[in-house]
Amino acid sequence: MSIRDNASVMAAALANKEISAVELANQHYEQIASVDKNVHAFLYLDKEGALAQAKEVDKKRAAGEKLSPLAGVPLALKDVMTQKGVPTTCGSKMLEGWRPPYDSTVVTKLKSAGIVILGKTNMDEFAMGSSTENSAFGPTHNPWDLTRIPGGSGGGSSASLAAYEAPLAIGTDTGGSIRQPAAVTGTVGVKPTYGGVSRYGLVAFSSSLDQAGPCARTVLDAALLHQVIAGFDPKDSTSINQAVPDVVAAAKKLDIKGMKIGVVKQLAGDGYQKGVESKFNEAVAELVKLGAEIIEVSCPNFEYALAAYYLIAPSECSSNLARFDSMRFGLRIGDDGVKGAEEVMNLTRQAGFGREVKRRIILGTYALSSGYYDAYYGSAQKVRTLIKRDFDAAFEKCDVLISPTAPTTAFKIGEKSNDPLAMYLNDIATIPVNMAGIGGMSLPCGLAEEDNLPVGFQIMSPAMKDDRMYLVGGALEAALLSKWGKPILDFAPKLAGSK
Amino acid sequence: MAAISRDEVANLARLARITMSDAELDHLAGEMDVILGAVARVQEVAGADVPATSHPLAVNNVSREDVVTPSLTPAETLSGAPASEDQRFKVPQILGEE
Amino acid sequence: MSLNYDQAIEKYEPTLGLEVHVELNTKSKMFCGCATEFGAQPNTQTCPVCLGLPGALPVVNKKAIESSILIGLALNCSIAPFSRFARKNYFYPDMPKNFQTSQYDEPICVNGFLDVEIEADDGMKSFRIEIERVHMEEDTGKSLHVGGSTGRIHGAEYSLLDYNRAGIPLVEIVTKIVPNTGKYAPQVARAYVAALRDILRSLNVSDVKMEQGSLRCDVNLSLSKIGSGKLGTRSETKNVNSLRSVERAAAGEVIRQANRLEAGERIVQETRHFLEESGQTRPGRSKEQAEDYRYFPEPDLVPVAPDAKWIEELRKTLPEKPAARRKRLQTAWSVPDKEMAAMVNAELLDTVEETVKLGADPTKARSWWLGEVSRVANDRGVLPTELISVKDIAQVIALIASGELTDKLARQVVEGVIAGEGSPSDVISKRGLKVVSDDSALMKAIEDAIAAQPDTAERVRGGNIPAAGALIGAVMKATGGQADAAKVRELLLKHLGQ
Ligand SMILES: [Mg+2]
Ligand SMILES: [Zn+2]
Repeated sequence: MSIRDNASVMAAALANKEISAVELANQHYEQIASVDKNVHAFLYLDKEGALAQAKEVDKKRAAGEKLSPLAGVPLALKDVMTQKGVPTTCGSKMLEGWRPPYDSTVVTKLKSAGIVILGKTNMDEFAMGSSTENSAFGPTHNPWDLTRIPGGSGGGSSASLAAYEAPLAIGTDTGGSIRQPAAVTGTVGVKPTYGGVSRYGLVAFSSSLDQAGPCARTVLDAALLHQVIAGFDPKDSTSINQAVPDVVAAAKKLDIKGMKIGVVKQLAGDGYQKGVESKFNEAVAELVKLGAEIIEVSCPNFEYALAAYYLIAPSECSSNLARFDSMRFGLRIGDDGVKGAEEVMNLTRQAGFGREVKRRIILGTYALSSGYYDAYYGSAQKVRTLIKRDFDAAFEKCDVLISPTAPTTAFKIGEKSNDPLAMYLNDIATIPVNMAGIGGMSLPCGLAEEDNLPVGFQIMSPAMKDDRMYLVGGALEAALLSKWGKPILDFAPKLAGSK
Repeated sequence: MAAISRDEVANLARLARITMSDAELDHLAGEMDVILGAVARVQEVAGADVPATSHPLAVNNVSREDVVTPSLTPAETLSGAPASEDQRFKVPQILGEE
Repeated sequence: MSLNYDQAIEKYEPTLGLEVHVELNTKSKMFCGCATEFGAQPNTQTCPVCLGLPGALPVVNKKAIESSILIGLALNCSIAPFSRFARKNYFYPDMPKNFQTSQYDEPICVNGFLDVEIEADDGMKSFRIEIERVHMEEDTGKSLHVGGSTGRIHGAEYSLLDYNRAGIPLVEIVTKIVPNTGKYAPQVARAYVAALRDILRSLNVSDVKMEQGSLRCDVNLSLSKIGSGKLGTRSETKNVNSLRSVERAAAGEVIRQANRLEAGERIVQETRHFLEESGQTRPGRSKEQAEDYRYFPEPDLVPVAPDAKWIEELRKTLPEKPAARRKRLQTAWSVPDKEMAAMVNAELLDTVEETVKLGADPTKARSWWLGEVSRVANDRGVLPTELISVKDIAQVIALIASGELTDKLARQVVEGVIAGEGSPSDVISKRGLKVVSDDSALMKAIEDAIAAQPDTAERVRGGNIPAAGALIGAVMKATGGQADAAKVRELLLKHLGQ
């Protein structure tokens, strides 16, 4: 057993007592110690807490207690999730040093499953970005090429997987923040149906779009983690009160004969890198070989998804981020005993928020303000209706839809950081899923010939039918693995210091 | 013609309670112009007959029973406070309405 | 040459609008499970949700929705089949999220009315107040301003915040404009708030304590020149906290605005504060630029869409309307108008009714509560029911009826109970207040009295019944007032052959 194994392999080794949870956690901390100075996936390591948790699992296992399947497996947690007593920064100066007094529901579920939380991963500030360059604590580097971005906003989580610093991670996806980082790091990321995983304790960026989900190196591992974190939560009014589909069984099935798979016409062409399109098409050919029926579908309103997204998400964020005012928690600037609360609030928000966050708050404030609401926010919400209708029509004909996850492979750090519009285009293929609240997965489908960097393959499934993307993803992954002869991450150049 | 003026951005910054330097305002006004130019196309598609979707899932009436559950301890409540006094959050003078 | 109220009202017609905020009396808060006890230690009823901590999410209190629907039904409103929460965005340190979760264009109840009566010059006059909307929202925390000399906000060095009140459910009840009240505008405003308070109390949805802030009223008022037909600019007087102040604030605004208009000045649309001492209002700190609340549907909550069945179930639980109940009780108890009004004003109707339910005579119950008990309660600044229970008063009335207590002894019993000497029975036995009803002991006193006044006794024997008074008085004196006068009279007359 090695840290390069999949989570399910580690789980089996733990169950057979070939390794203890404490040893496994320590091996990962060793890897982090040697590679993270270059990758910078982590913002905080909770070694003490993690080892205590691991010890507890080992004790229970020794006592013969029945444990959950992933008990003792380590995990990296995106720093947007509260964990009681552990710093939660959301990649922002605003929250530096803040230790929440409560656990998010996802963390509660991870803990009760015995999953060992190694630490908190880097991200674009308040999850706004597609490159993790917007973190107030410096960028994360892509383990495939340290000069490139690991995707965003959950670049810390995806990089930690690709660098073997953790076999599992939690991400959150508002417009692609799980899937696009997975795509550019050669890992698997899943955005469950909106409401499938509780948002309680997820620091809100855009409430009607945010959704937490599993990140892993294989589809099955993602399914195992999905099973742990999903389900109804009475603390989240928008969480779905229905049984979670059996995603683990779906991931293991590997049989997609006769399935109808729709290729979305609008998610290709202009702006999509050549190598991305060719790897996508090769994967489609594999699906055909597996007996699936490929149908081209048209979703004409997807064209407006990006514009609508960049009104809805900033609008909601302008309100969600209003609470960062220095009164009850977090940063406070300018409190000299003379200045009033309002001035201190203004100065704190000036100093505490980065440029992208301010840009979106201002944009959202504009879109919601009287006189502009109907034209901007109101129109964007109508576009959302049209996007949903496009999906509904497509799912009448198809079981799942597919597209490339991101238009390009990982770009260079700094390449797009001064061009917000160019940056926003990274999410062009992932955003429609969030707008409609359905499920989306990204898994690797090969290396682009131009740059030898991983390409992401996106599978979209109807709301509450998350098992379908695991079914197709599992089958495609198996087919590609046998074609490649080894996991895609094995094609990555060796990281300095890596085990 | 610019879709949004510097003064408008200054007013938005005031509404959003973010101090901004003149340079920041200038820069942001330019960026906002570009971004608004790109997102304004949402107005092209949906007619009056299309309802707005503010929520991805159509669920109604989610509520909880009127039952008291434990609060945080005052120490936990105040744990993140930049300043506190007498078990209360201490904040700079409030110069608002009485 | 400034106008007084009567002069002002001759030239100008007032138009009212009233906004009332009611804190519901749910056990837990609007969106979290924190308790809502009044007067708890600061920041002991707070959690991630009501502190607005990053990541926390609201879940609506079902009881608060039901209370809101009940209020709407009692105010003759339609209950919206689909309503939604919205965020009202503005920054204030006592508001944890810097937005208030409220309802905006889709409130839960709309289009109702409430009829109120006032005493006009020519008898009772009725006004229909139309209700525009009833909506749900949440309260803010409380700030304490420290430093400076006044303890007020201006000049304070810093502020201290307690979020126990943050997130307590509020219902806001907004009237349409109330036209054509003429000179009665202040009385109508007061009568409306009083009637609303009675309804809310009868529904048992709020403590409706204006002095504790669980019912707060904003009085909007504008003037138009009589005959002009044009609505004037209104002022909003915020958080008026007693019925009397509602009336005074409205009257004060009529005078202030009329005098401004007379002087050729403009009325500014602004919020004002009522000054308890002078009965006048003063302007709030006006902001140089207007807030823009940027309302939008609250994405963390789902719509409230009550179905007809739920509404009908709630409708079935509606209590009798206070006005109807008053009429019914007045007839049943045969109480004159004036006394009925006194009982209502003293807020003792419920208490008297409960006492009557325990078997007491309505007139007796009324006179005990409004007389003796109220007098002491007023002196001490407490509620009558805090001094003595309904059960104890009912028992005292029963003891009088059975002849075991005289009125005079009963007063001593009540006094003892109020003094904390225990139940009426405890006081009777401790103080030895038993009526002397033992016939042989009384007979001894009667014979003594006859022996002392033989002439008087002879006159009574001869048929001069009124003369018995002197003998009865002597017996009462001899027994230290503990005898039942009626009993003494009966025994004495019998003894003297009458
Ligand atoms: Mg309000
Ligand atoms: Zn609370």
